[in-house]
Amino acid sequence: MPSLIAKSPLDGKSLTMGGVTLAEAVPGPITSVAPFAGREAELSQALRSLGLSFPAPNTFNESSGDLIVWTGRDQAFLIGPLLEGLPAATTDQSDGWAALSVSGPDAAAALMRLIPLDLRVAAFPPGRAARAPLNHMAAVIWRDGEGFTLLVFRSMAQTAWHEIETAMKALAARAAVGA
Amino acid sequence: MRLNCPLCGPRDRREFYYYGSEDYLNRPAEGAAPQAWDDYLHLRDNPAGVTKDLWYHELGCASWLRVTRNTLTHEILATELVADLKREATA
Repeated sequence: MPSLIAKSPLDGKSLTMGGVTLAEAVPGPITSVAPFAGREAELSQALRSLGLSFPAPNTFNESSGDLIVWTGRDQAFLIGPLLEGLPAATTDQSDGWAALSVSGPDAAAALMRLIPLDLRVAAFPPGRAARAPLNHMAAVIWRDGEGFTLLVFRSMAQTAWHEIETAMKALAARAAVGA
Repeated sequence: MRLNCPLCGPRDRREFYYYGSEDYLNRPAEGAAPQAWDDYLHLRDNPAGVTKDLWYHELGCASWLRVTRNTLTHEILATELVADLKREATA
């Protein structure tokens, strides 16, 4: 098979404004993992070899660059490794999503203009994840270290960028007039 | 209006899609009398008070919920996962 040139949804762009940095993230292959009924323990065993565990609702966990994030009832996205023969329904979703990283001291403030959740660190500490709307877009969001990673449908990458950029501009304008 | 998703926590009504009465959970068995199918498809109560209906957490965890609410006071009394109800029914 010929090897094709992969194009990322946002051409790797990044933008810093005020206390927020928005950048495209390249998380690696994304596989949705939905455990077969009654075989959850087997799946946990298989994930343990990577240092991961099947995430409880609204959480994620990671180990040496591999990550698994809860994305719905009995479903998670495994990001990074490709595993064969898991006791779960697995689907390659890599090309279906655009990943955005939002970091900096005002990252939560910018995102909270679009996502109706309390994303401040007290309510949404590292290790937390959520399925939530980013304005009208279905998104997956989790807090990693300094900021957040978001997944939106790839077809909405530019819209998501535009929405977040608009929120960043509004925040920066507010800071400029000292309000 | 806010619904307390059993998985995601309290979320805004706009994240949910309204489907209709919980009657949809009680599908008649194959070969049931036409009357049972007629009831299932067309006949609904319209209570002034407590009612149970199905909602879908479209912009969240994609779960179906059974919401118990009061149409007079707009109070939400319970939100349950349909999957759990089914699991209990078959257990």
